[in-house]
Amino acid sequence: MATTHSTNSQNNRLASGGLLIDRSQTLNFFFANKHFQGFAGDSIASALAASGQWLISRSFKYHRPRGVLTMAGQDANSLVQLPSDPNVLADKTALVQGMNVDGQNYSGSLEKDLGRHIEKVGGFMPVGFYYKAFYKPKGAWEKWAPLIRKKAGLGVLDENFKPGYYDKAYRFYDLVVVGAGPAGMTAAIQAAEQGAKVLLVDENPVLGGSLSYDRIDAQGSNAQALRLAMIADIEAHENIEVKLDALCNGYFADNWLPIIQGARMYKVRAKELIMAVGSLEQQAVFHNNDLPGVMMSSAIARLIRLYGVRPGKRAVVVTGNDHGYAVALEMLDAGIEVAAIAELRDAPIQSDIVQELASRGVAIYNNHAVYAAKASSDKKHLAGVELRKQIGRGKCADSGEFIDCDLLCMAIGYTPTYQLVCQAGGQLSYDDETALFTLQKLPKALQIAGSVNGNWSTDAVCGDGYRSAVLACNRLAQDNDHISAIAEPAPLADDSAASPNYSWPIFPHPKGKEFVDFDEDLQIADIVNATRDGYEHIQLVKRYSTCGMGPSQGRHSALATARIVAEATGRSVAQTGVTTARPPFAPERLGHLAGRSFYPERFTSMHQRHLDAGAQMMQAGAWYRPAYYGTTNQRDACINAEVDNVRNNVGLVDVSTLGGIEIRGPDAAELMNRIYTFGFLKQPIGRARYALMTNEAGVVIDDGVSCRFHDQLFYVTATTGGVDRVYQSMLKWNAQWCLDVDIANVTSAWCAVNIAGPKAREVLQKVCSDVDLSSEAFPYMGVREGHVGGVEARLIRVGFVGELGFEIHVPQHCGEALWDALIEAGVEQGIKPFGIEAQRVLRLEKGHIIIGQDTDAMSTPQEVQMGWAVSTKKPFFVGQRVIKELNSLGQLRALVGFVVDDLNAPIPLESHLIIEDDQMTGRITSCNYSPTLGKPVGMAYVQLHKAEAGSEIAIRSTGGVMVNAKVVALPFYDPQTQRQAL
Amino acid sequence: MKQINCPLNGLRNISEFIYGGEYHPMPDPQKCDTREWVEHVFFHDNIAGEVCEWWCHSATSYWFMARRNTITDEIIETFPASKIFNKRVEFIADAGES
Repeated sequence: MATTHSTNSQNNRLASGGLLIDRSQTLNFFFANKHFQGFAGDSIASALAASGQWLISRSFKYHRPRGVLTMAGQDANSLVQLPSDPNVLADKTALVQGMNVDGQNYSGSLEKDLGRHIEKVGGFMPVGFYYKAFYKPKGAWEKWAPLIRKKAGLGVLDENFKPGYYDKAYRFYDLVVVGAGPAGMTAAIQAAEQGAKVLLVDENPVLGGSLSYDRIDAQGSNAQALRLAMIADIEAHENIEVKLDALCNGYFADNWLPIIQGARMYKVRAKELIMAVGSLEQQAVFHNNDLPGVMMSSAIARLIRLYGVRPGKRAVVVTGNDHGYAVALEMLDAGIEVAAIAELRDAPIQSDIVQELASRGVAIYNNHAVYAAKASSDKKHLAGVELRKQIGRGKCADSGEFIDCDLLCMAIGYTPTYQLVCQAGGQLSYDDETALFTLQKLPKALQIAGSVNGNWSTDAVCGDGYRSAVLACNRLAQDNDHISAIAEPAPLADDSAASPNYSWPIFPHPKGKEFVDFDEDLQIADIVNATRDGYEHIQLVKRYSTCGMGPSQGRHSALATARIVAEATGRSVAQTGVTTARPPFAPERLGHLAGRSFYPERFTSMHQRHLDAGAQMMQAGAWYRPAYYGTTNQRDACINAEVDNVRNNVGLVDVSTLGGIEIRGPDAAELMNRIYTFGFLKQPIGRARYALMTNEAGVVIDDGVSCRFHDQLFYVTATTGGVDRVYQSMLKWNAQWCLDVDIANVTSAWCAVNIAGPKAREVLQKVCSDVDLSSEAFPYMGVREGHVGGVEARLIRVGFVGELGFEIHVPQHCGEALWDALIEAGVEQGIKPFGIEAQRVLRLEKGHIIIGQDTDAMSTPQEVQMGWAVSTKKPFFVGQRVIKELNSLGQLRALVGFVVDDLNAPIPLESHLIIEDDQMTGRITSCNYSPTLGKPVGMAYVQLHKAEAGSEIAIRSTGGVMVNAKVVALPFYDPQTQRQAL
Repeated sequence: MKQINCPLNGLRNISEFIYGGEYHPMPDPQKCDTREWVEHVFFHDNIAGEVCEWWCHSATSYWFMARRNTITDEIIETFPASKIFNKRVEFIADAGES
């Protein structure tokens, strides 16, 4: 790439300090085509700041220059473009040698963005602009959308994306502590002491949370000492596992946490969970509060302590809490001039820190606000601020004092990091006294500790961590022997006096540009106008104004928005609330979500034989079944030949996927009698019966063949896709009936073939010597046990395909032996395997229905001409009562057979409609060309007046072509059913 | 992911379970009127509050019952169906058997 060779000398790097950086390792990188240097451990933003590059991006709507705001990944200001990665957080992303970083959302160059002029017409783009401007005339949006979409959006996708490796891991802990600040570290140590297995998670690269950059005492040394002591304890404790650079990105029910670390997502289950997730600093709202150089106090502390970067030369602090003074001391110690402190309160609360600052001669302006910030001549940085005396809530005196500065430190308060807690069901409310959001109504096994729980002094924060750990462990100790319980600590003292929140740091300006949400360039008036346009509910304000919908999801804007909406609508902040926080907390990569999926595949034990025979396999649920045998370009010819061979010789089909359920015990017949519609109490041993199943609503849901091998043993088949449901249904019913039976799903214990065709007996006889296969001894719908090819087998004489046929069921591992024995025995008779497609044609010619294809969620037995399979004499079966009621109401439709005599017409397909007088009156359920009949045959639901054989129906077939068909009696083939009884 | 404490298998992820609908006692099919039967089959109480439901652990096909609060989605307790169904249910024939 073309680059400008100018070495930026890290002239903002402090002489010492920087917890995260390694000054011995210099890294070279490029930003907006300019060469920069930083150190290992820098973030992109800290390295840019070290060389005085404060302008990082252009804002979404007005293309205003934006720079570092939070240094914690909580704003969209720091979104940058990497070659293969858009919308990267510059303040959270580690610098890498040779990195090519670019700004986003500009035309021309980042420094001289042509899009910046859009701000001049900003007045013509009020809140709800798109809704209002493009609503009319009709079609306007379609015209404008492509242009607007090109203008909108941030980063650019790399279309040469290379797949990466991502995976998942599953972990289980007694306690998970999210957040390794003082509260989280204390909690982890205490829980480990009580014996709990603890996971301590933090999104930062080091342990310590605020202790790594905060100043908690006047000298500025206590935080680091406390941090190091705690880290030593944690590292020494074998019960604590630490995950750093690891983001807990959501909360799901029962403490189920997605924790993302690098290319891995850990799915973690915690028996107990402590969220010590801290709080998010909020900005003051005033004119030009978005200028680069205006930063959160915590961002300044982070730059100095974590990266050894001087955030400016001359600073002003606007504060309503102690933190402002602590950071002022930090700045002084770093050699930054602190020109003034604008104290929003009447006076600071005296503390060691405040006194130390006062002793250094910094001017403190009590009851003063920053009314406006002024930009430098190039508009790209802060040049000064105007301090004005406050004369009321959000109101300032008419004039004030202008102070030159290149850095403004905002310390006006925090919101608890409520997102994960609210996802867990916690409720946010607002305490007017402390001006703080508070979190309540936490679910079981979840606690919050530290500043997220409204504790601010280090003692209170650590005390809260300790207490929550004890409570968690004491609960765990009830069921976990390795965890000990100890005396419960007293509730914490009220820490509300230490609240860092100033109640109203919001100062409207006649010229606006007091930004509430930096992501979306929303100003006070936008929020107020949204409420005036009628969108008063906070959720509507969000959707109408887009406030909180940007990349930082309201993390720096939620508090100010709630306050402004509350005031504009005359409600309390508590009543106004915040918008719902949903997972994920931060953007996550598709790779983290995608991972690997597992699709189970089931092969029958004869699978290899089908492949060897050249079968085209198809999926039926999880099963693979042969569709037909032969090449795809000969499909129809193959299927027709298979049909012919069954009709004229003998064919063999693998029916292993059929479900099989065994019912054993004294009440076996009674259970069958209640589950299926037919009568089964008097089913003779050695006989099969058709078994039709309805649900409680009287709808046909499954069918099979019931085989009675013993007084107390039934073997009943079920459809391939239905067997699991049938089995579960039987178990559920018997959980209520308490019949003395065992019910077992033996589907995978057996495999089966159907040998069918006029020569089936001839072939079978050769390999089955211990069963008399003669028609007299083994009639149609008989069942026998014997051996086939030396394998013990259950034989069932069925006629699904309408020919003499035997279903042979053998133990699963004998499938290939059975297949081979029959194929070998049938050589002389011309045995050929046939597939599902041929079977579908054969059964259709015979008028046999397939449940789920020829039935739907409304099909009653009567509608599908199965009234004969419903016993009217037994006291109960599932569905009986509703079937009786429906039958008394009269039938509305019928499943009938039809033939199409016009061989040139497009063959109707499943779900094609039957049309009568321009009305849809029915639909096709099955239709196929019948090689046996020489024309298309099918089944369809028709209205009753069309159900009589001979009725004419009109079908709207492929391409809208109307096809005439004639209703005929079923079956199409062998109406006397002589062939299967041979 | 939510967890359910299966009386047979212990605490398992809810993805291992199948919802089996509300439990309510079946009226006597021989004696109840049509309205009562139709309401039993087609109408569900669907109340906001505490309900008793059927659940099935799919891997073991084990049916059990749970009391659940439909507002909070809290599963209050799970127990074997035998706690409610503990004797053989009979249906009395009124005519000959086929």
